[in-house]
Amino acid sequence: MPAVAYSGFRVIRESLTGHRGWKPVWRDPQPQPAYDFIIVGGGGHGLATAYYLATVFRQARIAVLEKSWLGSGNIGRNTTIIRSNYLLPGNEPFYEFSMKLWENLEQELNFNAMVSQRGILNLIHSDGQRDAYRRRGNAMILAGADAELLDREQVRAMYPWLNFDNARFPIKGGLLQRRAGTARHDGVAWGYARGADRAGVDLIQNCEVTGFRIENGRIRGVETSRGPIAAGKVGVAVAGSSGRVMAMAGMRLPIESHVLQAFVTEGLKPAIDGVITFGAGHFYVSQSDKGGLVFGGDIDGYNSYAQRGNLAVIEDVTQGGMALMPMIGRARLLRVWGGIMDMSMDGSPIIDRTPVEGLYLNAGWCYGGFKATPASGYAFAHLLATGTPHDTARLMRLDRFERGYPIDEKGMGATPNLH
Amino acid sequence: MLIPHPLLGLRDSSEFVYLGDAVLLDRPDGMAPDAAARFHEYVHLRDNPAGLHRELWFHEQGDRSWLVVTRNTVTHEILGAELASTAKLKGGAA
Repeated sequence: MPAVAYSGFRVIRESLTGHRGWKPVWRDPQPQPAYDFIIVGGGGHGLATAYYLATVFRQARIAVLEKSWLGSGNIGRNTTIIRSNYLLPGNEPFYEFSMKLWENLEQELNFNAMVSQRGILNLIHSDGQRDAYRRRGNAMILAGADAELLDREQVRAMYPWLNFDNARFPIKGGLLQRRAGTARHDGVAWGYARGADRAGVDLIQNCEVTGFRIENGRIRGVETSRGPIAAGKVGVAVAGSSGRVMAMAGMRLPIESHVLQAFVTEGLKPAIDGVITFGAGHFYVSQSDKGGLVFGGDIDGYNSYAQRGNLAVIEDVTQGGMALMPMIGRARLLRVWGGIMDMSMDGSPIIDRTPVEGLYLNAGWCYGGFKATPASGYAFAHLLATGTPHDTARLMRLDRFERGYPIDEKGMGATPNLH
Repeated sequence: MLIPHPLLGLRDSSEFVYLGDAVLLDRPDGMAPDAAARFHEYVHLRDNPAGLHRELWFHEQGDRSWLVVTRNTVTHEILGAELASTAKLKGGAA
């Protein structure tokens, strides 16, 4: 396919010629009988994996199998936040690697993913929380990320309308990561899909994997709704469906699927130019470029494969919003939706080989998978191409629970609904 | 979601705290020779089914009883609930 680059000049030319020059951005190929690499799941992580596998790691004969349309899962259902404000050694270098990939993503993909480094502010409400965030900020800086500890007046200068004098949860400061921000979630999927297609990857939609062909402990291919396809290596990146898909390979995972709801209000005038998280409850908010306040909070807390949640959690999240910024009570809710989260037993992801030779797993992203999309794809491609883990993902092992090396960011133990 | 409490009738699920799969009733024998492997499975691994799921809910804002609720994870339909103590007497999660 001819590589047609997007540019401002191209937009002007098309606008003068009736926009007749735009063509479909990727092919719609028939599945071949065999591939070297099959990626199961055409979401953000699967598309990014295929892209880096074809470009950085110079592999060929790659297919992405998607049971629905590309980007139909969590990549189109999240709250679009990108950040690298983690604490633990197994996580923070990985997310900072992801942040660096975000910073160059649009130039690399020649696609406007609307990456906006508008900053994320984690609010502090107590002295103990300030100590915890100071430690986190230092851990971030040690991993090459940026972090600033703000006092109350510095926070007030940024967001004077926050509820600083809430009787129970007064705002005493915040941890700011200026390089964090937001990105256009669908644009990320489309950018990676276009990039992968241009690098020769077959993106096969409406093709559901219905089984694995495993002989003598080695993967030979997959059964699909469009017939069997042979493969040398198979990588699974299916987020909330991880348990269902890996059960077809006879595996039980350290994962429960839960529903997380997200919310957007009607379009409002510019009010919030960054991302803010409430430190005393689970609530975070940003404003989209269309003006809607995009916010979310806790998962519903029970196993679910329904892409919708219940009213009790909607009330809980909006109460958190009211405690943080009472003016949100004047906004009308436009939409509420749910996505299925692959909640792992320690709240951290898995990028690893499996007991089946040639079968690899990328899962357990909990509700933090969007920001990880570039690094997840890069590290998974590294693992698929070289057989060894990428340096930033080497602790994200599937067997870490059995060995006693969880990456427990919150110190919650094996309680997936609390991470 | 309304949970049909066997003693109290229909109660809103927001009165409850969720724990997880009812296999957690079947705690392995800590003295068994393969106890480490079985506890790893017990603590960490889950069937995580899409469909019927037997799961533990704690009536924290009510009579503080543990229930085994049978619920469809695809539709959120609740098909029944019994006291966890009764379920355990009948042979745990089986």
